[in-house]
Amino acid sequence: MSIKEYRTAIEARGGLLVVKDTAGIAFGDRVQIKDHAGNTRNGQVIRSADNEVLILVFEGTDDLDLENTWVRFLDEPVEIALSPEILGREFNGLGEPRDGRPPVLSNIRRPVGGSAINPAARTYPREFIQTGISTIDGLNSLVRGQKLPIFSGSGLPHNRLAAQIGRQAKLVDQESSFSVVFAAMGVSYADAKFFRDEFASSGVLRNVVMFINLADDPPVERLTLPRTALTAAEYLAYDLDRHVLVILTDMTNYAEALREVATAKGDVPARKGYPGYLYSDLAEIYERCGRIHQRHGSITMMPVVSMPSDDITHPIPDLTGYITEGQIVLSRELHNQGIYPPVHISPSLSRLMKDGIGKDDTREDHPRVAGQIYALYARAQETRNLASIIGADELSERDRRYLTFADAFDERFVGQGESEDRSIEATLNLAWELMSMFPRDMLTRVKETDLAKYYQGTD
Amino acid sequence: MSDTKRTGIIRDINGPIVTVELPGVRSGEQVKIGELGLFGEVISLRGQLAVVQTYESTDGVRPGEPAQGLGWPLSVELGPGLMGGIFDGVQRPLEKIALESGDYIRRGISVPALDRAREWEFEPNRELSPGTKVGPGVVLGTVQETTTVLHRIMVPPGVEGELLEVAPAGEYDIESTIARVRDPRGISHRLSMYQRWPVRKPRPYLRRDDGISPLITGQRVIDTFFPQLKGGKGAVPGPFGAGKTVVQQQIARWSNADIVIYVGCGERGNELVDVLESFPELDDPYTGRKLMERTLLVANTSNMPVVAREASVYVGITMAEYYRDMGYDVVMLADSTSRWAEALREVSGRLGQMPVEEGYPAYLASRLAAVYERAGRVETYGAGSGSVTLIGAVSPPGGDFSEPVTSHTKDIIETFWALSKELADARHYPSIDWVTSFSKHVQTAAQWWHKEIDPDWEKRRTSALALLARDAELSRIVNLVGPEALSDAQRWELEGASLIKEGVLQQSALDEIDTFCSPQKQFALLDLAITIYKRGAALIKLGVPVSELQHLPLMAKMRRLKSMYSSEQLDQVLAFRAEVDHAMESVRIEYAKHGEQV
Ligand SMILES: Nc1ncnc2c1ncn2[C@@H]1O[C@H](COP(=O)(O)OP(=O)(O)O)[C@@H](O)[C@H]1O
Ligand SMILES: [Mg+2]
Repeated sequence: MSIKEYRTAIEARGGLLVVKDTAGIAFGDRVQIKDHAGNTRNGQVIRSADNEVLILVFEGTDDLDLENTWVRFLDEPVEIALSPEILGREFNGLGEPRDGRPPVLSNIRRPVGGSAINPAARTYPREFIQTGISTIDGLNSLVRGQKLPIFSGSGLPHNRLAAQIGRQAKLVDQESSFSVVFAAMGVSYADAKFFRDEFASSGVLRNVVMFINLADDPPVERLTLPRTALTAAEYLAYDLDRHVLVILTDMTNYAEALREVATAKGDVPARKGYPGYLYSDLAEIYERCGRIHQRHGSITMMPVVSMPSDDITHPIPDLTGYITEGQIVLSRELHNQGIYPPVHISPSLSRLMKDGIGKDDTREDHPRVAGQIYALYARAQETRNLASIIGADELSERDRRYLTFADAFDERFVGQGESEDRSIEATLNLAWELMSMFPRDMLTRVKETDLAKYYQGTD
Repeated sequence: MSDTKRTGIIRDINGPIVTVELPGVRSGEQVKIGELGLFGEVISLRGQLAVVQTYESTDGVRPGEPAQGLGWPLSVELGPGLMGGIFDGVQRPLEKIALESGDYIRRGISVPALDRAREWEFEPNRELSPGTKVGPGVVLGTVQETTTVLHRIMVPPGVEGELLEVAPAGEYDIESTIARVRDPRGISHRLSMYQRWPVRKPRPYLRRDDGISPLITGQRVIDTFFPQLKGGKGAVPGPFGAGKTVVQQQIARWSNADIVIYVGCGERGNELVDVLESFPELDDPYTGRKLMERTLLVANTSNMPVVAREASVYVGITMAEYYRDMGYDVVMLADSTSRWAEALREVSGRLGQMPVEEGYPAYLASRLAAVYERAGRVETYGAGSGSVTLIGAVSPPGGDFSEPVTSHTKDIIETFWALSKELADARHYPSIDWVTSFSKHVQTAAQWWHKEIDPDWEKRRTSALALLARDAELSRIVNLVGPEALSDAQRWELEGASLIKEGVLQQSALDEIDTFCSPQKQFALLDLAITIYKRGAALIKLGVPVSELQHLPLMAKMRRLKSMYSSEQLDQVLAFRAEVDHAMESVRIEYAKHGEQV
């Protein structure tokens, strides 16, 4: 086959372009569109029939004059060029430079769509990553190759938390840190600048690749941006043997762009107008993370998902939680109390924690300490609710102990400085200090041997 | 269907839905698409045009490329070599594919499920001799497939007649002839060690029977409170993170089934890897052999093509039926049936079918029921009784159990293990909610428990549930007027319920000792918790204050007991009873003395 050009566009709406009288155009192929003003736009074939194709135009279809639109089918998939030079650079969702420097030249070109990792080729992730943040390391540990999103809300400090993790994340006893692939979809100029400055000031910029689509950039481009970024991450991990941390922010903007296009296509909606395939589509992105047999590098992923109206059952956080290996949930209540990072531990979870912690990885009491803290905190939350109904004075002495514990926990364990990098040892010791506010016989989630070794109470 | 392959031409590509002009092709027929040779299946016909759903991504496919009808429906290969393997949604062997195509699955790759080169030690059935009348399901001989699974080679459905010969004992590959049968029309059938079966068609059996024995899963809240039967159908609904997958994996690990088929349907790749990496190391508590020897995985992860996801459940259940036909008790776990339903929805949406609820097509309920209907205990044609237990995870959007997949499933199944977000958030695992869960099998299970374990099983179970119900009631009162309003007897009820929750219901899958709990240990723990409660209640009646009892060391020990002694150390669990008696008696004596003084 070869490159073909048509001037037979017959319809443009909501980022979609219909071209007729085509022949033999491959599904999924890349398209270049030249508009009346001579500007080039990019697209992808999303339906191909005998004599008509449907194109998704990444820069959108605003302003197109159908008579004067030239459509070139490039006879190749949507792909990007890759070389070690991508580190330290900044691109858009199509992999075109945004930093004013020349495009990356390389023979290595990879389709951004990726393909499914054979589950039989995966290795189970089990290497503990110390982020220096107690609520994560102690209670919801992250491991290398995990996808662990931050569920947040507007105005909450998810970006600061993501940046802190990016800065502090390391394997215990190892200096080797991560290469970061930073993918921003529909973020504000200020947020993008925050990350850029953050990477620059911590001196890691040379280890970072940024893919950026700002709030006023074309929304359709957000659909390819995470795929482009992950293609770069895969290259860094599997060709260059690096451990890569991918930060995707904000997946809610991504999903909204998807909904926009789905609506324009007339796809059957499932919940809240999002198409039924939102789950599969998100999974194509999130599942590109992981560890693979005999590959030295790895991809760890931290997507940021802002929950519309702080609602965790909204389709975007909901479907994300169904795919990712846990979630770190931020709470507006804690934030309003001035606690940073405002991690609400109850709905937070790390599914891959079990194999990354314990005797040989962190400390033998770690899994039980986490379980105990959760049980105490759950009871403390109930007690707080009760106290708000009947008043703290009406509580039994036992119950009041839970209240004291909860306050101390929020303040000292959850709360920490933005540059405070706690070791896992320090985190666990702090947990014991707080648990020791209770008599031994109330700590039944830990072993008696743990109590003998770490309990600091008086009884 | 005819054997002649028909060729046609591609007209339209809309994601996984491809329209081809292919006259004469049948509905359900397998079609090879385009130059890449992607596989697909005809889902509807209109005139010369056939709509095909493809099991692989159609990127790069062009209108005008050829398509070919293969003449048969989606089928699986059934024979020795399945156990211990991992297959994709259309039964391609993923380990072999990894060898051939690397870390990513290359499209259009076609590798048969069963190894053609491998030879198996075939042992003919000595009861058969030439001239014997044989029919479907008759066991021609056996192959030791793994150390635990004796694979019975059976006459396939549809073949009936006079046995001409059975091969002598020896090593054969699966394509070698191991028997010949002449049917009444005089046609001779050459039988090998494997057969093919179309996945959407249930395999036949002689008769359907009621379930009689519980599936023991080693999980207290299941076996003791909401039991499942061998041959039953159940569902585990719950929001994300509540513990559906862990429940399913625990059943895969510890249930007393002969064969486990675990279908990862639209879920995480790493969860299958977890099984793949851990099962070969874990011992089956019943046989002492490695768990992988009786386990088979079907993997269509969330990022794999959605059409193959729809197929994966049928592929899994057909293999389950095949082992059932050998007379085995098979458990099939489907994680998650919601993703399967979503695959239906996605295809139906692309076909422009009218959605009825939340985008799902009108046939959702009937398809779901038809899949679950393939579970059951049956009398097989040639191997006695066999069963397929089907347990599906359900992933309701937003944790809302009123959504279509959960509510339709609830109408179909017999055991419903409803997972609660509140319990999971408090790290009360398994987070099976004792209020909203149910089992329709309690009466049948009780017969087994009473005979095998203890005649008081049902009484204890009822006392425990009654305590939990009281707990809910009293907690409501506390929330209105505070704890001070409760009497000591009521507070002791709360303590009793808490013993049931923490000492019996909670069971960590990650606790090396407690991950599996034998029925004997299950009963012992339940009995102890109830005994403590009853003894304490009697003391409180005598006037002993509840605070005297709350801090007894035995209260903490009851909560820890499950993880202190394993099922093999039942004696030590039972020995705790003497401690309870002693401690309670001391309180009584102490109090009596004290009472006299007053
Ligand atoms: N029985 C259990 N014992 C210990 N941990 C559990 C148990 N059930 C669930 N968990 C914890 O909850 C997490 C989520 O469980 P999972 O089964 O993956 O949830 P789901 O499939 O419902 O999303 C697990 O990773 C594990 O940490
Ligand atoms: Mg799950």
